[in-house]
Amino acid sequence: MDRHLLARVFACVTLFFSVAVQAASLETVVIDKGGVNQIKIGVVPMKMDPSLATMVDPSEIITNDLRFSGQFAPISRDNMLSMPSSPAEIIARDWRILGAEYVAIGSAMREPTGQVSVTFHLYDVPGQKQVMTQKVSGRADQWRDIAHRVSDLVYEKITGVRGAFSTRIAYVLVQNAGTSRARYAIEVSDIDGERPRTIFSSSEPLMSVSWSPDGRRVAYVSFETRRPSIVIQDVRTLARERISSFTGINSAPQFSPDGRQLAMVLSRDGNPEIYLMNLSDRTLRRLTRNPAIDTEPAWAPDGRRLIFTSDRGGKPQIYGLELSTNLEERLTFHGDYNARGRMLDDGNLVFVHRSAGIFHIAWQDMLRDRVVVLTRTNLDESPSVAPNGAMLMYATQARGKGILGVVSIDGSVKYELPSSSGDVREPAWSPFLDPLSGR
Amino acid sequence: MFKERLTSLIAIALVGLVLTGCAGKKTPPATTDDGNTGAATTPAEAAPAPADFGADGQPIDPRTGGPLNRTFYFDYDKSDINPSDIAVLEIHAQLLNRNTGKSVVIEGHCDERGTREYNLALGERRANAIKSFLTAAGVSASQIESVSYGEERPENPGHDDSAWSKNRRAIATYR
Repeated sequence: MDRHLLARVFACVTLFFSVAVQAASLETVVIDKGGVNQIKIGVVPMKMDPSLATMVDPSEIITNDLRFSGQFAPISRDNMLSMPSSPAEIIARDWRILGAEYVAIGSAMREPTGQVSVTFHLYDVPGQKQVMTQKVSGRADQWRDIAHRVSDLVYEKITGVRGAFSTRIAYVLVQNAGTSRARYAIEVSDIDGERPRTIFSSSEPLMSVSWSPDGRRVAYVSFETRRPSIVIQDVRTLARERISSFTGINSAPQFSPDGRQLAMVLSRDGNPEIYLMNLSDRTLRRLTRNPAIDTEPAWAPDGRRLIFTSDRGGKPQIYGLELSTNLEERLTFHGDYNARGRMLDDGNLVFVHRSAGIFHIAWQDMLRDRVVVLTRTNLDESPSVAPNGAMLMYATQARGKGILGVVSIDGSVKYELPSSSGDVREPAWSPFLDPLSGR
Repeated sequence: MFKERLTSLIAIALVGLVLTGCAGKKTPPATTDDGNTGAATTPAEAAPAPADFGADGQPIDPRTGGPLNRTFYFDYDKSDINPSDIAVLEIHAQLLNRNTGKSVVIEGHCDERGTREYNLALGERRANAIKSFLTAAGVSASQIESVSYGEERPENPGHDDSAWSKNRRAIATYR
């Protein structure tokens, strides 16, 4: 409990600093309401056009999204005293009694063009005023995209942080793991696990999936030739291209923030080293020169630095590498196993941290050299941060199966994602997407 | 036992005959990567001596007549060869030295603890430890390929010490 509180305090302090540095562009910063101080909101069932009766009520999707963020406590519809669908029908007292801070209401319609739309209103209960009215429309097959978009808008209006509910996750799904019938797949789904789609499957292992910054392609490692090679695949056309199959390891692909380069690990010169591949002409630049294992590169948001894992000091630790100077610097010092780091927009790190033989996801405050363990289970790995920095997804084990977990970046809220059949591992959170305008 | 040995002897004799018979018609051997023509040194580019390998192409242990052990286990987060595997690895080296037309793939594997990419590197280290032992014993590096699967292909899908100890391994597969 104390640790949670501590973590939250640190997160707030960090956010305060980053906001201060970024000047006063953000008017509302409600991050101190995260975790146990969740925002109570009523998302009222929507008034549905009869022609849309077979569709899932968008309010269900929005409720799930907001709950999933960890920052909201949606009110159960069973407890709602009234179910308004237009601003005039809102009775403020009905929501004050429930302690609601916000009420979201709306209606779903079919447009003459054949498109479907959701018109929604956000009402501030203590302030007794409507704070947002918006209409979101799209094709009927974009129903869930429309609902996620409403979630994004509500989330941003209330927290001041861009919502990430319209994003996707890519992950590795393994059926019959550990048997001769093992089947590996790269899946892409909504962040709530809905609409999963297999983009590639193989009887040989697949691993290390990551997104291009435009969200159109993924890179991953495939053993389909019985050797590891790096493949880039278009998520929509499913076109695949093998871009690296040197002798030895070809792995850990990570697109640079500008999408022009791919950081990767090759052992073609004898042992694993970090390389950059220029994607336009496929030229390689070797970054590390060390007889130890150097692996798991990840980009700093500015694209000028990389972090990576190395056991050059005897045990795996995370190092930073400045691209302009090639200068390397050790970044982690707490514990004897810190690996597979990812850098947040504020320069802090999340990574896999072993303490007393147990593997957890940890967060490190670089300014204060302080490590906070975010997860409680064992064999936690592969942290992937949402593009808005508010949550991270990771892989863990539950009841002998690989599943995905979600934790808020301050460690105060944790969820397990219901797993489909098989073992789910290595989640990769996409960048911001805009599916309603074709991205 | 006696019958098998007799069959082997006949087979060796037959291979010998075939080799001698073909010697005159043999086309010049192809130039190898390093520019040498292996003409003088590689009459053994022929089929391996049958006694060394079973019907599945995998090696036979001369001490027992049964399959030669091809799996080598490792300690947690280590890539040191277990001393008790050395005798068997020496036999592998002898077989490969005697049958230069045979090659072997060494797969390196890890248990699930630790990150996947780090384990991919660790698995390569294990495979390379076996490869180094064999090359130090005179085997040509061109006969050996090492491939790491990291923790992606466990032998035992369990999540405890006994499963993990089975998963930290290198496997030699001849082809």
